[in-house]
Amino acid sequence: MFNKSSLNIPFMRYRRVALAISAVAVVLSLLLVLTRGLNLGVDYTGGVLVHLELPREAQVGDIRSVVSPRVSGEPIIQAYGPRDFMLRLKSPSEAERKAVLSVLRERFGDVKVLKLETVGPVVGAELKSEAMVALALALLGILLYMAFRFQFRFGVAAVLSLVHDAAIMLGVYSLTGREVSVSFIAAVLTVVGYSLNDSIVVLDRIRENWRDVPKKGISQVVDDSINQTLSRTINTSLTTLLPVLAMFFLGGDVISNFAFAFLVGIGVGTYSSIYIAGAILAEWFLKSPVR
Amino acid sequence: MGLVLLVALVAAAVAFPLDGRIRLGLDLKGGAQILLRAKGTPDNPLTEDGIQRLLAVLRNRIDQYGVVEPQIQRQGGDRILVLLPGVEDPDAALDLIGKTALLEFRSVLGASPELPPGPERRNYDSDEAYNAAKARWEAIKAQADQVAEEMRKSAPEGSLVAKGEDGRWYLLGRPYLTGKELKDARTSFDQFGRPVVSLKFNDAGAKLFDEATAQNVGRQIAIVLDGVVVSAPVVQERIRGGEAQISGRFTEAEAKRLAIMLRAGALPVGVEILESRSVGPTLGADSISRGIRAGLIGAGLVSLFMLVFYGLMGLAADVALAVAVTLVMAAMVLLKSTLTLPGIGGIILTIGMAVDGNILIYERIKEERRGGKTLLAALDAGFRKALTVILDSNVTTLIAAAVLFYFGTGPIRGFAVTLSIGVVASVFCNVVVTRAILQILMGRRRAAL
Repeated sequence: MFNKSSLNIPFMRYRRVALAISAVAVVLSLLLVLTRGLNLGVDYTGGVLVHLELPREAQVGDIRSVVSPRVSGEPIIQAYGPRDFMLRLKSPSEAERKAVLSVLRERFGDVKVLKLETVGPVVGAELKSEAMVALALALLGILLYMAFRFQFRFGVAAVLSLVHDAAIMLGVYSLTGREVSVSFIAAVLTVVGYSLNDSIVVLDRIRENWRDVPKKGISQVVDDSINQTLSRTINTSLTTLLPVLAMFFLGGDVISNFAFAFLVGIGVGTYSSIYIAGAILAEWFLKSPVR
Repeated sequence: MGLVLLVALVAAAVAFPLDGRIRLGLDLKGGAQILLRAKGTPDNPLTEDGIQRLLAVLRNRIDQYGVVEPQIQRQGGDRILVLLPGVEDPDAALDLIGKTALLEFRSVLGASPELPPGPERRNYDSDEAYNAAKARWEAIKAQADQVAEEMRKSAPEGSLVAKGEDGRWYLLGRPYLTGKELKDARTSFDQFGRPVVSLKFNDAGAKLFDEATAQNVGRQIAIVLDGVVVSAPVVQERIRGGEAQISGRFTEAEAKRLAIMLRAGALPVGVEILESRSVGPTLGADSISRGIRAGLIGAGLVSLFMLVFYGLMGLAADVALAVAVTLVMAAMVLLKSTLTLPGIGGIILTIGMAVDGNILIYERIKEERRGGKTLLAALDAGFRKALTVILDSNVTTLIAAAVLFYFGTGPIRGFAVTLSIGVVASVFCNVVVTRAILQILMGRRRAAL
């Protein structure tokens, strides 16, 4: 909500600190993903996801005690409401699904299945490799576009800040244990596309101010550019965050999960496009100046 | 300006009333989406003819089940995608599609002792009593399994060792007749009011069944469905009329489904369910109303933000936003795109991203004004200089959306569609609609800007 005309925050003075914090955050995120792993949903692991509505209120424990003996592997059970529950079974086997539903009906009466997803291992593996290819292709496409529109270094700075955003999104998902589903990948790709908007605004301004570099020095030019564009960077992020917040709080579970990914991504993306893209450019220029 | 007004009005006329004009995905209107793979076996390899017959049987079953506007699509060599709108019981839909429903009548050559259901802790007073019961049960089970093992070893050519729904193992002789010899199958009730499936054989079947019952008076004949013994009644007398009854442990709905499957015929090749996603209609309706509420509140917040920060220019942006959303809806109707739950997310996201262009333009105008330009010149420069940035940034979002569209399935594809349409609509509204509105405002209230 910056509306001042003469902001002059010396961003680049702290660029090393910011780069260090970001590097640590990225490394930590990758370590988390490697050690703690991601909570992959049935889309990727295969298995069964059932959303149930019971005729009366129950506790997660009640359901677990009925379901656990009937399935291989520990089922994941979540309460969505006093009568609404989500069950995740590891095996997509029909016999297990049937057994679970029939014991639940025996115990609770008329159990309604609101949603049922089964994903076999074949499709799970396919979706997984598709997600990887999609991420790689999107990054490549954006890199090509940036190379076409900007100098090589600008493109690299923008793409590095995108990789930064995506890595931290994965880290947050690993840390919070939220489910990684197909829609999470969609959110990551969208954030990658969107977060670039802000980077482009900043980079575009740096390009415009480039002729001042010999006079003012790269740090000052980057600072000027960030300050000149700060109000729009923050305002555009805020206006996008408002509906995302509405989705997060009011959208219902599927949309809300989707919105959480945007929330994290847009937050990190705004920071990285203000700071990281410019800082990388400045560092690089100081190491080996180009016109 | 006239053009802008025309576009907005046409879009509104196309899009409203929204009810029934936008095609809803199965995740919103409820229904099941099932991806199958036809599986050949060494005895029954997969052929083109087999797949065609499989498609025919599936279509027949689905029609008889009473699904309105089902879609059955072949995907690649051996995959079939089945879309069943409005199916309320996803579990039943999976049965209907995935079960081979091969019915056989076989003689019973031997059977293991009956295996009762395992003991459950809550039926016992103490752990000891429960453990003792469990040990007894384990012993019976081991015995039954051993009998089954012996039966497998001694099984003559053409026979089958199959488990029954009663928990026994059966050694079964060659089939006397199969579901192919059926003329009709209907549900009815036996004298105890339990649902049963009544069968009527064709002429050849009636003759075979007559012979089978004649040979087995006083002995059991097993009714086997997909390799499981549904029941094994003792033949009281020779049955001549070509009619029989299956009474298993099923509910009325299950009996109805079985009758449909028997009428439509067994699947000519086995199928494996690769993926299935189904949503009940209530959950879908709930998703829509929550999505609309989140969208309205999001739009309200964004409009308020623009009004507070940019005053009259913000109002212009809000009008442009309304036009953008109308355009998205109209495009969805015209392109006959399917709206999915993530697609609703895409539209809401578009609401936030649509005003980004306005912000870029307005901030630029402010800057130009500070640089000393007149209002008119600043407006002109603002639109001109912001245009490249707006195009650049939206192209990258479109790249991401295109990748999603290419790789995504169903719901995610819906998201990619609404996002792309939203991006294009918002660029149009930023650049053309906002400008037209501002020009009108300028004409009337120069001072206000």
